[in-house]
Amino acid sequence: MSADQIRQVIMKILCRIAPDNDLTALKDEVPFREQMELDSMDFLDIVMELRKAYRVQIPEEDYGFLSTMASTVQYLIPKLQTATA
Amino acid sequence: MSDPNQRIVITGIGLTAPNGNSLAEYRANLLAGKSGVCKYEIRYIGETLAGVCNFDPLKYQKRKDVRRGTRAGSIAIYCANEAVQHSGLNWADVRKDRAGVFIGITEHGNVETENEIFEISKFNYDTSVWSHHHNPRTVANSPAGEVTLSLGITGPHLCIGAACAAGNAGFIQGLQMLRLGEVDLAIAGGVSESIHTFGIFAGFKSQGALATNSEPTRASRPFDLDRNGIVVAEGGGLVTLERLPDALKRGATIYGEIVGHAMNSDATDFVLPDPTRQAECMSLALKRAGIGPDAIDILSSHATATEQGDIEESLAIHKVFGDRASLAINNTKSFIGHAMGAAGALELLGNLPAFDDLIAHATINLDRPDPRCALPQIVANTPRKMDRVEYILNNSFGMLGINSAVIVKRYSGE
Repeated sequence: MSADQIRQVIMKILCRIAPDNDLTALKDEVPFREQMELDSMDFLDIVMELRKAYRVQIPEEDYGFLSTMASTVQYLIPKLQTATA
Repeated sequence: MSDPNQRIVITGIGLTAPNGNSLAEYRANLLAGKSGVCKYEIRYIGETLAGVCNFDPLKYQKRKDVRRGTRAGSIAIYCANEAVQHSGLNWADVRKDRAGVFIGITEHGNVETENEIFEISKFNYDTSVWSHHHNPRTVANSPAGEVTLSLGITGPHLCIGAACAAGNAGFIQGLQMLRLGEVDLAIAGGVSESIHTFGIFAGFKSQGALATNSEPTRASRPFDLDRNGIVVAEGGGLVTLERLPDALKRGATIYGEIVGHAMNSDATDFVLPDPTRQAECMSLALKRAGIGPDAIDILSSHATATEQGDIEESLAIHKVFGDRASLAINNTKSFIGHAMGAAGALELLGNLPAFDDLIAHATINLDRPDPRCALPQIVANTPRKMDRVEYILNNSFGMLGINSAVIVKRYSGE
């Protein structure tokens, strides 16, 4: 999966988690929590959705990599290398 | 009751029923004989019948709140907000630490647990995909807790597990918390999301107690020879309860005063009712209200359209009230099905407008009255104009032999 495809996957997940937010202007370098309503349970939804869809296991010590769209995509590139969008 | 602060009145009503999303709409449909039962499909069961509500959850919740919470929570939030609006309370001025939420439930958590098991079944029962939302969604205080989140209430909140007596139990809990001085405002009643769990349908079906009918609106038939079981329904009914002096001070409209209540237990069987204890429950409520059985004008029956339940309740009612012709006995489940935790609440609330319009709504689908339910006072199929409506008694009974009765008096300014 390419970086763009991974970004689309994350965006779809965010739309489900935060259906009241307009995410069209989401800035990739700014933390999610500064741009949208996202608490710790929502954050776990991102982890869970990736686990369900792609069987990606994200250990708790790596959660910090999921703070922005850019860092999330970078973190997931090697893990989703062989996955299909 | 000599101490006015022990007098508890209903000052606002919020509800959603399969045939109405406000008291006015619900009452109009009860008087018009309009059922809310329809065809319904649910996982593993396929097509069945149910009472389904169509309120708009987004009236008081964001889409994220709906997603995060439960159906019971959405129902409770809708009803609580409607009740507050109906009460005329200026919510900004209400002390949130002196408000409490007391909601009766038949069960809670089955829906979410079934959903999660279904979800992990798609992953070879890998529990690592079990949702982190499962616990907050299934704790037993969940629907009441969702109301506190919605309204910013910081006083106590509880769900009262009381099988199908839960609606009355919610009212009683609210009344007691006001009388104890624990709160100054109680949001109380009952809710149910039960149509979203296949287990309740499957359980009643296995018990031989799930209604079937080619015409959905004809399926719920309490007291009728052609009944064949329960129609499961969802819904909610919550009220604002206040002490009489507080309500008068702010010029609130008073929809009735809860003057009597009782709860007791059969202690005989898991599911079969006991008319002796049911009669004792009604008699205790009358005693606490300081009235005799002749004072009751409308008796809202619990009957669920199961053979034994209908017959035993009829025996209990007859034991307490005899054949007095001026009593009107009706049954709301014939319109909406059995709304479980909300049943007692909705059944009482649909009758309260009778204080003003002097009409006892009917029991529909009563084409061939079962002679073993020998209650000549049943209001069959057509509403009955009453000479007076001063007192309404509401029965709600449930599994494990839990019985409840609530008596509401018309408020006459005295």
